[in-house]
Amino acid sequence: MKLTRDGVAYRVACDLPDGSYVNLGIGIPTSVSSYLSPDKEIMFHSENGILGMGPIAAPGTEDVDLINAGKQYVTMLPGGCFFDHPMSFAMVRGGHITHTVLGALEVAANGDLANWRTPGEKVPGVGGAMDLAFGIKNVWVTTTHVTNKGKPKILKACTLPLTAPRCVKRIYTDMALIDVMPEGLLLREVAPGIKVADVVANTDAALKVASDCHEMDLPERFKEVALVAA
Amino acid sequence: MIDKTLKTCDEAVEPVFDGASIMFGGFGDPGLPGQLIEALRRKGVKNLSVIHNGAGAGDWALGGLIKDGSVRKVTASFPNNPGAIYFQELYLKGQIELELVPQGTLAERIRAAGSGIGGFFTPTSAGTELGKGKETRTIEGREYVFEKPLHADFAMIRAHKGDRLGNLQFRKAMRNFNIAMAMAGAVTLAEVDELVPVGGIDPEDVHAPGIFVDKVVHCPRHPKLVEIGPPK
Repeated sequence: MKLTRDGVAYRVACDLPDGSYVNLGIGIPTSVSSYLSPDKEIMFHSENGILGMGPIAAPGTEDVDLINAGKQYVTMLPGGCFFDHPMSFAMVRGGHITHTVLGALEVAANGDLANWRTPGEKVPGVGGAMDLAFGIKNVWVTTTHVTNKGKPKILKACTLPLTAPRCVKRIYTDMALIDVMPEGLLLREVAPGIKVADVVANTDAALKVASDCHEMDLPERFKEVALVAA
Repeated sequence: MIDKTLKTCDEAVEPVFDGASIMFGGFGDPGLPGQLIEALRRKGVKNLSVIHNGAGAGDWALGGLIKDGSVRKVTASFPNNPGAIYFQELYLKGQIELELVPQGTLAERIRAAGSGIGGFFTPTSAGTELGKGKETRTIEGREYVFEKPLHADFAMIRAHKGDRLGNLQFRKAMRNFNIAMAMAGAVTLAEVDELVPVGGIDPEDVHAPGIFVDKVVHCPRHPKLVEIGPPK
């Protein structure tokens, strides 16, 4: 079985520590906030000047002046605050935001990340991706393990333009959880029913298997939404 | 007596000239000076160099200004936002120039210009396509690229409250680029939801001090939203 997008988001949510300051990218990362354990207090940052951002606004409660970086109407949590762009990116580059979860097109064994220019994209755009990847200490990426054509996205070296070199610390895919260590990639967990050999076969970079590598622990009640047939 | 108020956006944009550089505030709709931009469209200026996070959306405000063919160059971080159809069309035809700047660098370049800073070193983009050709320096073991300040002839922004001295207060996510742009524009024009008497904004709550603002126009919210649909 492979993890669904929600499954990947759930697995990331398990790892975000209590007290962390987190910026979530668009896509799978956005769903991470839905799976946080209520006993953790985590402050979410949005590039457009919000810390302490709450969930997406319920229909009928939207405020036209309150959107996230993905331009969705959002809410605030008690203790949240507003500020401007220079301060927002000071939080990012200055190392104050502790974690970011970003999507990836390619990740290299040394932690290089490519996620801002898709192949064949004619009009470029970078937004805040580079600032996040360069500035935040814990860059975690979520991605499908292979492209929709079955090609590995974890590579010896990226082929697409880099967002930032050597920035990724951890990779969450629909097949595995891999840490980027100074000496290379370390396979730490596999999705339920996925074999280590499957992960190795779908990764185009050397992969060391952790001595305690194990199947991901997913709550039984959640398996229906978290898993799909491989 | 200082009175920076003007009755209409049309009066406010009167000094804008062909070839001017203009910063437009806002990130999505919050803080976007849509009615000043629409006044600029009515005035009909050419060869503008525009600084904004995106490249407009739809055919109102910046999207419309680009559709009109009034813009020669866009400096932006996210010009591939899905709604930026007119920018993208002109860009693919080679009829509009793009300077692509990472969002945090864009904000800091604007802040630097408004603060009298002659540039700064940032790690963002070092070793990437967007850092190519830029001066680099290794500081405390890390590579940084040099970025220049970004000035403009005009800055146009939207705030929630303003007074005749130009003091501004924002609501929620309206601040975004607007305070830095107010500082960086040689002439700064602000449209506001509410015009209040002097003292109507508590000194504790003035987000953009009036010293940075040249003209204030009271113009209630326009129902048009460019980036996202109206609340359901």
